[in-house]
Amino acid sequence: MTLLSLRDLSVTLRGRPVFSGVTLNIGAGEMVGLIGPNGAGKTTLMRAALGLLDHDGQSSLAALDPRARAQAVAWMPQAREIAWPVTVEALVTLGRTPHRARRLTEADHHAVDRAIDWMGLSHMRQRTATRLSGGEQARVLIARALAQDTPLVMADEPIAGLDPAHQIATMETFAGLARSGRSVLVSLHDLGLAARHCSRLILLGQGQVMADGTPAKVLTPEMVAQAFGITAYQAETDQGRIFQPLEVLE
Amino acid sequence: MTRLMASLSLAVAALFVLSLLVGPASIAPLDSLAGLFGGGDGPVAMVMREIRLPRAILAAMIGASLGLAGAAMQGYLRNPLAEPGLIGVSGSAALGAVIAIQTGLSASFALGLPLMALAGALGGVLLVLALAGPRGGSLVLILAGIAISAMAGALTQLVLNLSQNPFAVNEIVFWMMGSLADRSMTHLWLALPFTLLGWVLLASLGRGLDALTLGEDAAEAMGIHLSRLRLVLILGTACVVGAGTAVAGAIGFVGLVVPHLLRPWVGAQPSRLLWASALGGAAMLLAADLAVRLVLPERDLKLGVLTALVGAPLFLHLIYKTRREMP
Repeated sequence: MTLLSLRDLSVTLRGRPVFSGVTLNIGAGEMVGLIGPNGAGKTTLMRAALGLLDHDGQSSLAALDPRARAQAVAWMPQAREIAWPVTVEALVTLGRTPHRARRLTEADHHAVDRAIDWMGLSHMRQRTATRLSGGEQARVLIARALAQDTPLVMADEPIAGLDPAHQIATMETFAGLARSGRSVLVSLHDLGLAARHCSRLILLGQGQVMADGTPAKVLTPEMVAQAFGITAYQAETDQGRIFQPLEVLE
Repeated sequence: MTRLMASLSLAVAALFVLSLLVGPASIAPLDSLAGLFGGGDGPVAMVMREIRLPRAILAAMIGASLGLAGAAMQGYLRNPLAEPGLIGVSGSAALGAVIAIQTGLSASFALGLPLMALAGALGGVLLVLALAGPRGGSLVLILAGIAISAMAGALTQLVLNLSQNPFAVNEIVFWMMGSLADRSMTHLWLALPFTLLGWVLLASLGRGLDALTLGEDAAEAMGIHLSRLRLVLILGTACVVGAGTAVAGAIGFVGLVVPHLLRPWVGAQPSRLLWASALGGAAMLLAADLAVRLVLPERDLKLGVLTALVGAPLFLHLIYKTRREMP
């Protein structure tokens, strides 16, 4: 089953092409990391795929009408915006917006409870979301996306600014979603976490998709040097894949 | 939540009745109610039906409009400093009214002033829509509103500046302070359809405003049509603010303070704040209109002066209380 299909997607902002000819499919049960240097267009690619941005080419999600799209994909923008001091529960319930009738149904409550449990937020349901720490807010916003209960979750740098424990926990949550048959597309800067937790990486750079496949296939020394201008130490160990960036290439 | 609604409704009802019982003509409470509901066309019934009833209804209606529009505007812009006048409609409505007074239209034709004010509001909203309608985000809306307000304000000043008629200048200055004194049922019938339409439009925004708590991108990805939401917000606000300004002049601070005051009581959820603010605005304006009649009954204290005079310190107090939580 294909959850996202891009055909020859291109975006031009203010006369400058950001990327062009992006073609890819994301099926069920995939944990996909979108990597690339600053300015490669990771956010732009995700927003264009969602239809939030003018683009050329086709995106299966952008072609849907807004309500159907909101039931097909949950989107977590990079900016962790919580405008009003609402409770954690009220914020997570916003994820039900695309599904709701006038009143919350049993299914809505169930999805909210499950998302709150999944992110371990049960003890802070009634706390005010704006007064939580950055890491806690990030988890609340992930719970919001999970409550939307969509086959695909797209998240823009969900682990930026989190401590190592929360970074790993977040990546494991997403990997768990993938194991349960849903798919996740996350943009990441931490190649170590990307190599370790993603089942597939898409490397965006130089205005195109430079590589697409398993971490071992994408993060070759040549590709890492070409896309990021760095060298890295890599090893397949009995504790999983290790990727440690080393030096900047001259 | 339901308790808040109940107590706000009760406050509105009590203030409404009180508003019917207070006025320069001293009529005993029972007599006045008998005059209102019983038949007859004696002076008491006349005062009640033609002076006090429209005044009380207008106060409740315009207060509700300002509260509702303020809550919607703050919810859309995700900014507690937003208020209904922000989109420039009240400024342009005031300009229309000022032109009506200056040209003598208001003196020769009873509805000349409110109709010109409505025309001014229409001009303002068309301009705002042309600038920030289908495309353009919230920032464009704010900037367009500021520009239109400044323009309307400057033109109003120009009318005052060039006016050769001291009586007109006097009347303009007092009109701009806002008042509900001497309004008739005709004013009510003129403002009612626009107000009701505006209420329906603004009340439909609840879910979209809730989703906007997560920001524009997330809300749009949850299926909210942002451009449609903005259009409905502008039209709804223009309807209620245009109609309110046309019959009562500029009344500030209600749309700013009431949503701010009630936000903690509804768990800060924008959709629930809409209804609470409508009731709270009605209560506040009824109370303010009672106060102008009770504090200085013989000096014709203006309603807009009083709301700003009470509203500003109240706002300062709120800022003082919440400043630790502000970024």
